[in-house]
Amino acid sequence: MGTPQVVMFEEEQQQIQAVCDRLQRDSNSIAILVINKDGQEIARAGNTEHLDVTSLSSLFAGNVAATGGIAKLLAEKEFSGQFHEGEKTNIHLSLVAQRAILVVLFDSRSSLGLVRLRVKKASEELAKVFEALVKKMSAGNTPTVLGEISDADIDNLFND
Amino acid sequence: MSFINYSSREINCKIVYYGPGLCGKTTNLQYIYTKTNPEAKGKMISLATETERTLFFDFLPLSLGEIRGFKTRFHPYTEPGQVFYDASRKLILKGVDGVVFVADSQIERMEANIESLDNLRVNLSDQGYNLDKIPYVVQYNKRDLPNSAPLDELKKVLNPTTVPEYEAVATTGVGVFDTLKAVAKLVLTELKRGG
Ligand SMILES: Nc1nc2c(ncn2[C@@H]2O[C@H](COP(=O)(O)OP(=O)(O)OP(=O)(O)O)[C@@H](O)[C@H]2O)c(=O)[nH]1
Ligand SMILES: [Mg+2]
Repeated sequence: MGTPQVVMFEEEQQQIQAVCDRLQRDSNSIAILVINKDGQEIARAGNTEHLDVTSLSSLFAGNVAATGGIAKLLAEKEFSGQFHEGEKTNIHLSLVAQRAILVVLFDSRSSLGLVRLRVKKASEELAKVFEALVKKMSAGNTPTVLGEISDADIDNLFND
Repeated sequence: MSFINYSSREINCKIVYYGPGLCGKTTNLQYIYTKTNPEAKGKMISLATETERTLFFDFLPLSLGEIRGFKTRFHPYTEPGQVFYDASRKLILKGVDGVVFVADSQIERMEANIESLDNLRVNLSDQGYNLDKIPYVVQYNKRDLPNSAPLDELKKVLNPTTVPEYEAVATTGVGVFDTLKAVAKLVLTELKRGG
């Protein structure tokens, strides 16, 4: 059984990065994160140096998974967005193409209305990129690097 | 579901520690955390109750090193073992690449072990996985306790398919890294086969 994989390529990574950079500017927000539903970072933009992106990714994914579980129990379609209001920082979470989580961190220099507006457009653009990725994957033209990994390579990783 | 990024050259894999309440899943991760070099680990996140029972999950990001120019990142999670957290357990299994079943060796926990293992099988198949086909190892924890069941009995009941198995004392670290390495190795081997 081949493990189902999610892959990312240079081309799509750059497109996603461009969308994130633009979203961050246009929404006047602090930072943007794109995370896959399993909690792994895909892209970041804006002021992220002070952020623990790995931890945040796992927690945002947990949050979205929990909310999705709640939706299921309420026979509700997955909630498409969430907003958390903090004293200084606000968070807007939304799902993109059922497979990624788009996070916008913003403060009083922006507003929920502006963020929602910009996220809508960015989501559509991101959805297109993910669609292209899925096509590439199902066309089977993924690089073969993993197939070239030898048992010895794997063993070496653990010989410390 | 492993996430392979050809742009940043990273392989990300998710491992879930499963097992009955108090069997020592969180203790496994805590030991790994304390014994891993700072540059190879991120922050350990524990969403726990006030009495330190896992409420949603523990999470510990690890970088194991490079294979053919790809950074390998492993993301071990623990699930909440208490029976009534079943809805959360299902969520933690989403996208899993490898499973460690942590059994509590104490004789009086045998039934809880069996129940948890059945629950693992059901919850996996709800997500479209088959326990007999995914990377999977078993750990017999708390071997230090005087009331622990004979190993043969545990093996017979909890590991009939004889996947890789390890005796452990998670509090002192016995068997903890052996278990982690074994499942990580199976995950990479599976990736290689699938990729
Ligand atoms: N004697 C002994 N105690 C252990 C061992 N491993 C864990 N413990 C103890 O067992 C208790 C429960 O351990 P946890 O790691 O919190 O258990 P858990 O499986 O995460 O439990 P839940 O979060 O409720 O699912 C703690 O007091 C640990 O110190 C072991 O190998 N031997
Ligand atoms: Mg725990």
